[in-house]
Formats: sequence, structure tokens, C-alpha cells
Amino acid sequence: MTTAETGEPLGGGAAGLAFVETTKVYPGRNTAAVSNLTLEIRASEICVLIGPSGSGKTTAMQMVNRLIPMTSGDITIDGRSIKSLDQTELRRGIGYVFQQIGLFPHMTVEGNIGTVPRLLGWPKDRVRARARELLELVGLDPDEDLRRYPSQFSGGQQQRIGVARAMAADQPLMLMDEPFGAVDPIARDRLQDDFLRLHAEVPKTVVFVTHDIDEAIKMGHRIAILRDGELVQYDTPDRILAEPANEFVADFVGADRGLKRLRVWTLNDLELEPAGDGAAALPTVGEDTSLRDALSLMLVEGVERLTVLDPSGAAKGTVALETITRLIGPEKRAVEV
Amino acid sequence: MISLIAQQPVIPEFERGSECVRENKQFCSDWFFDNFDRVFGPRVVEHIELTAIAVGIGFVIAFTAALIAYNRGWFERSFAIFAAFLYTIPSLAFFQLMVPITGLSRTSAEIALVSYTLLILFRNTLTGLQEVPEDARMAARAMGLTQGQILRRVELPLALPAIMAGIRIATVTTISLATVAAFIGVGGLGQPIFNAIQSGFKTEFVAAGLLAVLLALVADALLVLLQRILTPWARARRV
Repeated sequence: MTTAETGEPLGGGAAGLAFVETTKVYPGRNTAAVSNLTLEIRASEICVLIGPSGSGKTTAMQMVNRLIPMTSGDITIDGRSIKSLDQTELRRGIGYVFQQIGLFPHMTVEGNIGTVPRLLGWPKDRVRARARELLELVGLDPDEDLRRYPSQFSGGQQQRIGVARAMAADQPLMLMDEPFGAVDPIARDRLQDDFLRLHAEVPKTVVFVTHDIDEAIKMGHRIAILRDGELVQYDTPDRILAEPANEFVADFVGADRGLKRLRVWTLNDLELEPAGDGAAALPTVGEDTSLRDALSLMLVEGVERLTVLDPSGAAKGTVALETITRLIGPEKRAVEV
Repeated sequence: MISLIAQQPVIPEFERGSECVRENKQFCSDWFFDNFDRVFGPRVVEHIELTAIAVGIGFVIAFTAALIAYNRGWFERSFAIFAAFLYTIPSLAFFQLMVPITGLSRTSAEIALVSYTLLILFRNTLTGLQEVPEDARMAARAMGLTQGQILRRVELPLALPAIMAGIRIATVTTISLATVAAFIGVGGLGQPIFNAIQSGFKTEFVAAGLLAVLLALVADALLVLLQRILTPWARARRV
């Protein structure tokens, strides 16, 4: 679909986003909530903003759709300053998901998802078709659920609808403010997995705010760590865990950052040793197992080597304890992924 | 109520009506049905008109005031005090007070009746708006709805149950109060009641009172029905 066809202010696909010396000083405060933030987020990447409370992560995010006006600096979407865009058009082009979800209780699921498309003047049947498509994409049943009201769903399901609503007009950019913070841990884990799957299918540029480092590592292609309104480190989860920029980041990611790092990789990312004669006797794991789980299995089984299986169940090779420990040890700080 | 009725009742069709009428029993259904079209029908219509106009105009005023108060806090207090003041005026006195200004007219009656609807309609509309969940408002803002769109598409629909509750109370109250308006000769079901107080004819008195109660019940039921149609989400059950 083209911009001319739909009237989207920001087109479909995914957009690059950049903070350029963005600063926010709230009236009556001496210190800046966000200070000279310069940050480039590539199209279709998930960028996690993380930091302790008061670090300015939500403020930074809400300046993107001008829920909070910036004091100085700029923010650009695909090179266009957000100041040059009409405020309502800007917001209609950016999906917004937040912890409180904020579904409209008086509208059906279809009505909720169709909010922005209707504002953009889509015909009724196109809105419906889009709502059906999205509902399926987020794992709900279009035939059953389209005509229901938000109160008829669990918190996790409501947030799925919230995510669908944020993507309804094929917005190239999504802002997510602790989106899975209010659901129970099991549901949160599933929502995270499903969102990553969804993102792989429909890549959007995502700014994701959280205070949970595990969530940041899991969800982010890149993580921006903020402290007192300043950017402390901006890098991939692996680099941040491997080489925290300073004491603050090291503390923030936690003393178990070595183990956390093992979660970033799967056995797929390693160069395996060929499966020898003894391979059949070893415990087996799938190739998409995280290194952390592989290590855990070695400790539980009291072995120093595992046989790795490909999806068909055939032995692909073996992995040694030493390979894993070397990976997070001091000799080699990162692997080529 | 019996004490209100004159000692020497003036019975219609003296010596010619049914036994029930001649003995002035509590309620003579034969007389009621024979005379409904003449004595009560037009009064019921007048009563509905008095009520509908009062609630209609009252709603327009109160709704406008609530919208202003929703955006400008200071107005809430001022209008609430004004409406509460009107509400405290005794109804019989209010109707009488209007006569020197607007005469023995329907206008006089409506001014008083409208005044009594303002407090409840204003309060309920404003409370309904103020109790719209902040999350919904925030989501609407973030999605790029304008202020007007937020009001029309989110805030007013969500305030609707509270607004409808106000309209129900205002309607029932007005139906009751409108009987007093007959005091200044504007018809309605109050007129047969006033007649009966003077003549002592019990059937007319009881019938008019019952019709007013029935009217209130029917109006309330219709408004409940309307509210159900307008707020389907309120009845959605978890599955």
C-alpha cells in the first residue's frame, strides 16, 4: 500500500528513528529529565530503553510522539523532524502500547483495533479485514473475538489486542512503555515470545521501555542504558553484558551477567565439534537451546559434553563445557555471531 | 388524603351515575373508563409534554454547563451552587413566583421544572466525564485523536451510563413535580387532582394520582431500555 492510497502520514514498513541532542527540562526543575540524548535506531530494530526510575526512559520515549514536548534538540523519523509534522498525523503514524493497555471499554475488539484506520478514512470492510488479520497474527480467534468487548478478555489477551491496535494502520514505528509489566510472569514470557515472533514476521522499528534487564536482553536488538537523563551505554545485549561501560552498567546488568550472556546465544551460534563415536552416549539437546540451558544440563547431568541435534533429530555435533566457559571467560570477550 | 377532600362531595352526574359513583367510593372503574378520553387523556398528553420539554431543555443547559465545567474547574463550583440554590426553592412557591414575570403560562411552569432538573443532570454528566478511565483517555491521545474526537468517541460514550442515570432521576422527579404545576393552570395530571380536592370526588383523585405514578414507571422503563440499547458493552459478560 502506498501513502497516497491510505493517507498514512508516515507510510508503512519500518522507519529509522534518531534522537539528536534531545533534551527535556520539566518546568521548575533544575536538572534535565533527558539531557542531550543522541541515539540512532535503525529501521526494524527493537531498541530497549532501560534504567532505574527517574532515568528519563519514559520521557525520552514519549517525546517521540510528542506526548511530552521536548525542550531542545530534535527527533527525526526517516530523516524528517517530528517538529515538521502535524501532531495528530504524527501520532496516527506511531503505534503506542503501554502497561495500562487503555483499550476502549465501550468498543468491540474490532472497534478498538480499527480506531486509527477509521480516523484515516479506511472503508469499513478494509478495517474489518485488517482487524481479522491482526487478531490472527497476535494469536486470538477472529471469528469469536472480533465482536467481543475488552472486559471479556484476560490481561494478557487484552495486551495482545493492544499490540494489534498499535499496528492497525501498518505504522512504521511502535512505542512500547513497559507493555508486559502488568501481566503474570508466565503470560509475560509468552507475550514476549509471541511479540518477537510477530516482529520477525512484521518488522517494525520499536522503542521498548522497561526496567527489567532480563526483558531488555531478551527483547532488544540494542539496549540503551540511561541514568539521570543521560545515555550511559548503547549497544547490543551481548556487548553490554560482555563489556559494561562502567561500574553503573555492570551493577545494573547484575553480577550474573556472564550467565545472562549465555542466554543471548543458542548452540546454533557455536561452531560444534564433529560427533564422534561416544556421541550417542551423551545427553542430547536441540540446536536452538540457549547456552545457559545447555550449561545447566551439563551441571545437572554431571557431564562436560553434550550432543547437539538438528531439528530432524539427527546428531549435528557436540559441544564441550570448555567451549562455553571460554566464551564468557576473560580470553575471548565476544564471538562473531 | 381523605382529609384533603371536602366534607360535602360534589359528585358528577348527581343521582344519575352508577351506584359506585353515587356513593363516592374510593375508585369507580366504570366512571374512569367512560370518562378517560374526556377527563384524563388530554391531561396525560399535557403531562408528557410538560415533562419532555422540561427534561429536554434542562438536559441541554446542564450538558453544556457540564462540558464547560469539565474543561474549566472554576465553573463547576459556580454552576453547582446555582443549581443547588434553584433546587432548594419550594416547588409551590417557585410556580407562584414565576406568575408575575411570565404569567399563568406554560413558560412559567417550564422555567420552574427545568430549574429542578439542572442539579442532577449537571452532576451526573460531569461525574460521568470525570470518571472516564485515564488509560482510555491516554490511549486516545497517543493514537492521535483530537480533543473533539476524544470527547465524542471516548469520553461521552463512557459517560453515558451516568448521564442516563441522571436523565432517569430527572424524568421521574419532573413527572411528580409537574402535577404541582396545575396550580398555575397549565393542565397536566395535576388538574384532575386539584379538581378532585375541590369536588371531593375520590375516583378522579385516585385515578389521576395513579396515572402519574404509572407515567413515571413507564418513562423510567423506556429510559432503561434506551440505555441498554445505547450501552451494549455494559452487559458483555466474561466468557
